Amino acid sequence: MKTPLLAIAGLKKSFDLKSVLRGIDLVVESGERVALVGANGAGKTTLLRILACLTEPSSGSARIDGWDIVRDAQQVRRLVGFVAHQPYLYDELTALENLLFFGKMYAVKDARERTEDLLRRVGLEKRARERAGVLSRGQVQRLSLARALLHAPRLLLLDEPDTGLDEEGLRLIEDVLAEHSAQGGAVLFTTHQLDRAMKLGDSLLMLSRGRLVFQEKTAGLELERMRQEYQEVFR
Amino acid sequence: MIFFEQVIAILWKDIRYELRSKQMWAGMGLFALLVLVIFNFAFDLRVDNRAAVAPGALWVSFVFASMLGLGRTIAAEREKGSMDRLLLCPVDRKAIYLAKLLGNMLFIGVVEIVALPIFAALFNVPLLLGPLLPIVLLGTLGIAAVGTLFSAMAAATRARELLLPILVFPLIVPIVIAAVRATGTLMVPVSNEPPWLGLMVAFDVIFLSISMLTFQYIVEE
Amino acid sequence: MALARQDTNVKRRDASGPGQAERFPIVSMVLLALTFIGMMISIWMIFLYAPTDAIEGDAQRIFYFHLPSAIIGMLSLGIVALGGIVYLWKKDERWDWVARAAAELGTVFLTFALITGSIWGRTTWGTWWTWDARLTTTLILWFIYIGYLMLRSYMGRTPASARAGAVLAIIGLIDVPIIYESVNWWRTLHPQAVLPLGSSPQLPLEMLLTLVVAFITFTLLFSFLMVQLYQLEKMQTLAQQLRASVE
Repeated sequence: MKTPLLAIAGLKKSFDLKSVLRGIDLVVESGERVALVGANGAGKTTLLRILACLTEPSSGSARIDGWDIVRDAQQVRRLVGFVAHQPYLYDELTALENLLFFGKMYAVKDARERTEDLLRRVGLEKRARERAGVLSRGQVQRLSLARALLHAPRLLLLDEPDTGLDEEGLRLIEDVLAEHSAQGGAVLFTTHQLDRAMKLGDSLLMLSRGRLVFQEKTAGLELERMRQEYQEVFR
Repeated sequence: MIFFEQVIAILWKDIRYELRSKQMWAGMGLFALLVLVIFNFAFDLRVDNRAAVAPGALWVSFVFASMLGLGRTIAAEREKGSMDRLLLCPVDRKAIYLAKLLGNMLFIGVVEIVALPIFAALFNVPLLLGPLLPIVLLGTLGIAAVGTLFSAMAAATRARELLLPILVFPLIVPIVIAAVRATGTLMVPVSNEPPWLGLMVAFDVIFLSISMLTFQYIVEE
Repeated sequence: MALARQDTNVKRRDASGPGQAERFPIVSMVLLALTFIGMMISIWMIFLYAPTDAIEGDAQRIFYFHLPSAIIGMLSLGIVALGGIVYLWKKDERWDWVARAAAELGTVFLTFALITGSIWGRTTWGTWWTWDARLTTTLILWFIYIGYLMLRSYMGRTPASARAGAVLAIIGLIDVPIIYESVNWWRTLHPQAVLPLGSSPQLPLEMLLTLVVAFITFTLLFSFLMVQLYQLEKMQTLAQQLRASVE
C-alpha cells in the first residue's frame, strides 16, 4: 500500500498554560484537498505550523511522505509550502528579490526562470520590482502564494487564503489548488467560509477545541445541513 | 557549495535591510566616538599615562558599540514574523548563524573603522593600522561570535538590552584582556609578553564552533 | 524559583498521581541527618580542634568555610552544564530541573564563598578585594550564574528557556578555564598582594583533616539542598500542568 502523503497520529500540543491540540488523527492521500474549519482558537493555525515544522508537537507524530516532522524536519520543509496569516516576506526587498532569496533558501534549481514564471502565474509580473512593503494586502497574499509554490512542494498548507483577496485572487487560489492536486500534491487549507470549504475541498474537517469532531468527504454533503452542524459544534 | 551561497544570500539580505532602513549606522559610529571623547576627559592623559590607558579606552568603546550593534541582524528577523520566515526553509541553521555573525562583524567593523583614526588623533598615538588589524579582527570576531548567539537568546525576552550585556560581558573577558594587552604591546613593546594573539585565535575558534553548533537550539521553537 | 514566570510547556504525566507524594522522603531524611552530624563535627573541628594559625590568627578559620563552598560553587556549574547537555539530547525536563536547582545552589554557595573570602582578606591582609586570578574568576563565574538565573527567569518555564539555559551553561563551563588563564597572564604584569588563598604550602595534619571534614559536610549540605530544590522544581511544574489541564 502506498504511503499516504500525510499521516498524523495522536498529535498533541500545549503552550504555556493552554492545551491547544488534544489528539489529532488524520490521513491525507496524494491529490486530496482537505478543508479545515473551526472557530478562532480551535487550533487550526497551530496544526498547520506543526506540519510546516515551525514548532514541535508536545506528543504524537506526523509523517509527510514517510518523513517524520521532528526527526527529519529539514527534509519535510522541502516538501511543504505554507501560506500563513503572516506573509513571511521581507518588506524591504522587492517581490523579485524576495522570491530569489527564498529560491536560494530552498536551493531551487533554475531559480530565476521559476521566479519569473511564478510572478506571471500570480499576476505580479508588473510589480516585480516593487518592495513587498508597498504592495496591497491582496498582492502580498499572491506573493506569499508564489513563495510557497517556489520549491514545488508536495503538501500545500494554506491558512485562510481567502482573506484579503478579490474575485480574481480567489479564482487564482482555486486554479492553483486544482493544479496542485491534479499533479499529485495534497492541500490542507483552513477557512471560515463553509461554502468555500465545501466547494474547494474533497474532505471537510471540523476542529473544535483541539479535537477533530467531524471528518467526511464533501461529496454528498448538503450545505444547509452542514451549516447547522457547524453551528452545533461552535455554539 | 550551497551552504556558503545561503550564508551570502542571508548576509546580503541583512545588508540591504540596514541600507534601506537607514537606522543604526550613524548612531553607533557617533556612540563610539563619544565614548572615546569622554575617556579623554576622564583620564588625565600625560604622555606616559596615555599608552597605558589608550588601549583600554579603545576596546571599551568597541565593546559598548558592539552591544548596540549586536541586536541588529537578529532584530531584522524578529520584527513582523520573527525568524519563522527563515526557519520555514530547509536552510542549515549554521548558515543562518554565520550570516548573522558576519553581518554583526560588518556593522561593528564600520564603527571601528570610523573610531580608529579619531582614536589615534585624540590620544596622539600612531595609527599602526597594519599590525592593529589582526587584533581588531580577532577581537571583534570573539565578541561577535558569543554576542550573536546570545542576542538570539535575549531577543526573545522583554529586557533584551539589559540582558545581553549581562550575559556577554563575563564571557568575553579573555578576549577583551587579550585585545587590550595586544594593542598595548603594539604601542609600547614589552618583552616576555604572553601570547595574546594565540589566546584570541583559540578563543575565537572554540566559541565560533560551539555557537555555530548550538545556535539551532536557541532559535527553533 | 520564585522569580520564574509561571509558564510551562510540558507533557501531561497522568501516571504521576497523588500516590507519589505519600512516599516517605528517605533520601532527604538521611542526607539531612548526615549533614547535621557533619556540621556538628565540623564546627567542633574548625573552632576547637584545628590549631590556630601562626601568622593569621583565629581569623584564618574562615578558610574552612570559604574553600569548600568556593569549590562546590564552581563545580555546580558543571552540574548545570551536564543537566543542560542531557536535556538537549533527551528532551526530558527532569534534567532541566537538575540544572535549575544546581544553578540556584551554585549561586548561593559562590556568594557565600565570595563574602567569606572577602572577610578573610580584610581581616588578614587589610583589603576587601584583590584582583588575583582565582578571586576574579570566581567573581566572573558568579556573574555567569546571575546571568543564567536572570535568563531563565525572563524566559519562563518553557523548553526554549531550558535550551537557552543549557547553551549558556555549556559556554560558561568551557569559558571558565580560559578566563582563569587569561586573568593569570594579565596578573603577571601587575604584581599585587598575592593572597595565598588555599594555596598554603604545607598544611599541618589537623588543618588538613578539618578541611576535609568541612568539605564533606558542605558536599552533604549541597546534596541535601539539591534534592529539596529538585523536588520544588518538580512540584512547580506539576502545578503548571494541573492548571493547564483544567481547561
